[in-house]
Amino acid sequence: MDQQMTNPTHVERLSDREFAVTRLFDAPPGMVFKAWSDPQLFRRWWMPKSVSGVSLVSCDMDVRTGGRYRLEFGMGDQTMAFYGKYLDVVPDQKIMWTNDEGEEGAVTTVTFEGQGEKTLVRFHEAYPTKEALEEALSGSAAGLPEQFDQLAELLATAEA
Amino acid sequence: MVQFQPANLDASFAALSDATRRGVLAELGRADASISSLADRFHMTLTGMKKHVHVLERAGLVTSEKVGRVRTCRLGQHALAAEAEWIDAQRKLFEARFDALDAILEDMKQEEKSGSAND
Repeated sequence: MDQQMTNPTHVERLSDREFAVTRLFDAPPGMVFKAWSDPQLFRRWWMPKSVSGVSLVSCDMDVRTGGRYRLEFGMGDQTMAFYGKYLDVVPDQKIMWTNDEGEEGAVTTVTFEGQGEKTLVRFHEAYPTKEALEEALSGSAAGLPEQFDQLAELLATAEA
Repeated sequence: MVQFQPANLDASFAALSDATRRGVLAELGRADASISSLADRFHMTLTGMKKHVHVLERAGLVTSEKVGRVRTCRLGQHALAAEAEWIDAQRKLFEARFDALDAILEDMKQEEKSGSAND
């Protein structure tokens, strides 16, 4: 059988505290929304183990405005939980949620835009401060210009 | 992972110890800029800004190129490599995620087809 070409995934840093990911899917918005809001479907794709190295242990989601979610991931014998609240849910169009596991968590907004029989998904994450984004990215080494602020501060502290 | 070479580390830290230079990096993260526009932006003389840019260049954080009378500055390899690496890591995760989502959407389409065929 032919292997269908997958659509490209675009990642863009929009500002010092926001980034966005976009991709076109060959399915109507209602279907993509369902895959994103039904926990049995969502858990099958959200955290691919091949890339993240973690597996989804449990997945509770009440996808409606004011509802809550809690995802637990396992790595070895460690587990970590991610949780938050749905701020705004418009069926087939939009899901917006908080990430409350940290002190300065991002607000994530996913929109589903119909384009004929396809759907343009836009995943947007906004952190309250640039430091919070840098901290979330700190796994990716000393680099982004804004992260230098923290490095310099660290150095100043070490010298004092 | 992007790692600074030890020899560069001192130069990088020295370059980063100054608020204006950190501001210049943040500014260049948004767009390339000429030395004179950076001088304007940070309310300093051309000579003063040239000195800052020179320190950043030595640390590999900025490169500059003179075309005609204008010297344009952009983020150097070290700054760019880290930004590119972060973007790349995000893209890999989301690609894997969305490929898996594609497969599930295919399943859903098949189910919908067989479901409506049974109606």
